[in-house]
Amino acid sequence: MSKSSGKVKAGQLWSKNKDELTKQLAELKTELSQLRIQKIVSSGTKLTKIHDIRKSIARVLTVINAKQRAQLRLFYKNKKYLPLDLRAKQTRAIRRRLSPEDASRVLEKTKKRQTHFPQRKFAVKPVIFCCCFLPLQLQQSFGLLPGVSAFRLQTGERQHHHPSPQATMSADPLQTLASVGKGKSTRGVLRVIILALIAGAAIASRLFSVILDPWFNFRATKYLVANGFYNFWDWFDDRTWHPLGRVTGGTLYPGLMVTSGVIYHALRALRIPVDIRNICVLLAPAFSGLTAIAAYLLTNEMTPSSSAGLLAALFMGIAPGYISRSVAGSYDNEAIAIFLLVFTFYLWIKALKQGSMLWGALCALSYGYMVASWGGYAFITCLLPLHAFVLICMGRYSTRLYVAYTTWYALGTLASMQIPFVGFLPVKTSEHMPALGIFGFLQLLAFLDYVRSAIPSRQFQTFLWVFAGATFGIGLLGLVIATSAGFIAPWSGRFYSLWDTGYAKIHIPIIASVSEHQPTAWPAFFFDLNMLIWLFPVGVYLCFQELADEHVFIVVYALFGSYFAGVMVRLMLTLTPVVCIAAAIAVSTLLDTYLSTKSPKPEETLATEGSEGKKAAKSSLKSTSKPVVGVYGLWEKSMMVGALGVYLLLFVLHCTWVTSNAYSSPSVVLASRLPDGSQHIIDDYREAYQWLRQNTREDAKIMSWWDYGYQIGGMADRPTLVDNNTWNNTHIATVGKAMSSSEEVSYPIMRQHEVDYVLVVFGGLLGYSGDDINKFLWMVRIAEGIWPDEVNERSFFTSRGEYRVDGEASETMKNSLMYKMSYYNYNNLFPPGQAVDRMRQARLPEVGPSLSTLEEAFTSENWIIRIYKVKDLDNLGRDHMSAAAFDRGHKKKKATKKKGPRALRVE
Amino acid sequence: MAPKHRNAAGGTSTPARSTTPTPPSAAAAAHAPPPSAAVAAAVTSPAAALKTSSGGQTWDRIAHNVLTHYLNTTPQRTKLLDAFMAFLVAVGALQFAYCVLAGNYPFNAFLSGFSATVGQFVLTASLRIQTTDANKGDFPAVSPERAFADYVVCSLILHFFCVNFIN
Repeated sequence: MSKSSGKVKAGQLWSKNKDELTKQLAELKTELSQLRIQKIVSSGTKLTKIHDIRKSIARVLTVINAKQRAQLRLFYKNKKYLPLDLRAKQTRAIRRRLSPEDASRVLEKTKKRQTHFPQRKFAVKPVIFCCCFLPLQLQQSFGLLPGVSAFRLQTGERQHHHPSPQATMSADPLQTLASVGKGKSTRGVLRVIILALIAGAAIASRLFSVILDPWFNFRATKYLVANGFYNFWDWFDDRTWHPLGRVTGGTLYPGLMVTSGVIYHALRALRIPVDIRNICVLLAPAFSGLTAIAAYLLTNEMTPSSSAGLLAALFMGIAPGYISRSVAGSYDNEAIAIFLLVFTFYLWIKALKQGSMLWGALCALSYGYMVASWGGYAFITCLLPLHAFVLICMGRYSTRLYVAYTTWYALGTLASMQIPFVGFLPVKTSEHMPALGIFGFLQLLAFLDYVRSAIPSRQFQTFLWVFAGATFGIGLLGLVIATSAGFIAPWSGRFYSLWDTGYAKIHIPIIASVSEHQPTAWPAFFFDLNMLIWLFPVGVYLCFQELADEHVFIVVYALFGSYFAGVMVRLMLTLTPVVCIAAAIAVSTLLDTYLSTKSPKPEETLATEGSEGKKAAKSSLKSTSKPVVGVYGLWEKSMMVGALGVYLLLFVLHCTWVTSNAYSSPSVVLASRLPDGSQHIIDDYREAYQWLRQNTREDAKIMSWWDYGYQIGGMADRPTLVDNNTWNNTHIATVGKAMSSSEEVSYPIMRQHEVDYVLVVFGGLLGYSGDDINKFLWMVRIAEGIWPDEVNERSFFTSRGEYRVDGEASETMKNSLMYKMSYYNYNNLFPPGQAVDRMRQARLPEVGPSLSTLEEAFTSENWIIRIYKVKDLDNLGRDHMSAAAFDRGHKKKKATKKKGPRALRVE
Repeated sequence: MAPKHRNAAGGTSTPARSTTPTPPSAAAAAHAPPPSAAVAAAVTSPAAALKTSSGGQTWDRIAHNVLTHYLNTTPQRTKLLDAFMAFLVAVGALQFAYCVLAGNYPFNAFLSGFSATVGQFVLTASLRIQTTDANKGDFPAVSPERAFADYVVCSLILHFFCVNFIN
């Protein structure tokens, strides 16, 4: 026993093999048992040893176990499964977890969703931040501001040496001048870099999500690229407006397509193979970069402070009011038109300031381009004459105004008439008459101006009165005669609707039915322009203070633009540039005031005046001409600048948020959030268009409301009856009539127009608000405008004047094709009697509508799109009503002829 | 080309008059007024007709004053421009009269023809304004050479559009 008296050390055990260990274990166990006997027999001395032995046994067992496990591990090393007790224990949760490869496994559907709707990347933000703060930074460090004293200007970038005024004065004047030049060139380069960054930010912030939107434009561009310009000009499109077709070349503004086409061919010529689709998608962001630059140029004309220009460019680049129409993939006329608008205004101001024909001609060319691109060109056509008129009324007629205006008008009008869609309008419609009137008026003024220089003032006055009276009378007479004789068309309806917001609703429902033609709600201003909207009046006020010709322009534009933006949501777009410019002027004036570092001392300014070159002396004069009062405390300045900085930051955040949330969601795909916060994509539109494309004949005519015309034409590639180009009101009204009448009336209409399928949008299941039932009243109104005695809006309301779809809906409503198509079979989704329209929160009648002339062809996953097939004529020559009734099992009662009492036949 | 011919035909005596602005020659001008003054007279005459006979005297004086002023202060080159402008007015009036009398059937053609004359007229007027010494202060950035270059460019653009529009 003495042999094993010592404690066992685990370290010694490791070297032993299995047999030795077992032997030792057995020995230890016997020893233990003996000790236990001893313990009972006699109270031995070595009782404490029991403890040691037990521990030793445990050690041996541990080592044996460990060795065994190590052996087993070796044995199982390359096997597929490991015994359970050899596996790592960890926790139950970890053991139950999916393996990494299982966890990373994705459904096919998910995979597709990820590729099509990837997580949005917000890397744009830093870029915008940089751009926002670079101008401010640079202003501080390089003295971009003119308000900064001459001292700063002259030292330029060597500022950190802090040279005293005396030192610079003693320096060689030549050297000083050189340093000024150097500073200027540096600033020039910086300005270019900042502008480039801003343009970059403008582009980047529009790339949140991409879906090519007005499909028609894309289709037209493809046609242009494929067939060349001349064919495009004469393009007759028989795939739309069936059976009329559309003379596309003559009824669209070709600027957008031609621009894309030119870019495409230019890139091709440079051997850069690029798809026309990519050009179309990226056109709007690219042009928004240009818009930012144009805003910079225009603002620079307003104020000598170049920081204002940079700020204006920045605001223009990221203001949501403009982003709303220029995100990537929004391939609409506005994409390039806003750039042209701002650029035309810039050229106009330039022409006016210099009185140069060349600038006037450039302005006219830019105007011509604008006319080619967007119907909103009338805005320029009215604004420029108005500006000229206001100038004249203020007694500011100048020969420069004459040169600029007449050059612009003569060339611009001719340029605008080159577009087939515009054609003779500039000489025939009243919208263009103010421009012509001011043109004539300027001729008279120029003549009077000449006469005034020729004769004494007494004579001139009598001359003037008679002359002016006579011309005015003759002019008015001429205008009245021309208008009444029909040479000049009266104001068009669209124009009236700008003055009287209720006009369109009554007279031209097709205009009022478009949501972006509605009057703007107040929050929209803040939503689209954020802090700019309250800086805007400040900027206008500052313009009032200077009130040179170009400031008058800003004031006029501001008034005009604000009014129109209030009338129509869509015209917010034309207001945005002037808001950006005015706000930039306001902000830069503030910064100029609070960022100048030094308080000017009299001797300093005197010294600099003496030594400085022309330019610096001028600005020093400017800064000293005002009395030496102002904010010079560092604390106040930093407070103010800090606050402004915070506002700018918030503005950037707001813009990014608005852009990513409100304006980047494609209209074709709806995104919603599930309760757990994940995104759920509702892709019914594309599903339905795909179905049309694959399951219908190539030339199957689809009837739908005009909102979906472009999409059907583009995505499903099927001819449509009406589309978003609303050139033919009657045809649209025909569709409206077919939708709003009962089947007996609609069926002949659909047969006449060879309709094969009817497509309706129904949001009742999902609670989607943009569906056809909600638009239905507009269809009724438009149809009523043409057939007042067949369609009557009143009859679609209940007797209490409510628009309902539930059991109490009016009979006309229930019988209308639209109602039937929307709710056909809808009941079957619910338990009997519990069908609910979730959009309108209405409980539907127990028995759903029945259709006899149409049959359901397709209903999309969420019931958003429902497509019906128009039945062909019945084989047996019955009418559809009776045929359907027969199918339902109601046998037609035979008109049993009432037979008289039987009579015995004689003869 | 046309203006030169016109000038040569219309007033052979014009150079003589401009060099020596003496009363007799001004009187001579009353007999054969140069084209531009004729325009002025033509415009004033209906206005003058509105006045009764008592105002007739003053109108005569006004017309007379304008005329002498014109003859005294206008340099030779500017008169050339004036002649051209008068020619344009005549052509424009002719086209308009045709349009009124004979109908505007090829409306494109009428419009482009008419706007060519109107456009050219205002361009020439602009050129005239820019090159007049009295207006130098208004156009610090525009030298006479620059004005002429602008004029040529603008005319080219104008006529390009007209030719394109005429069909």
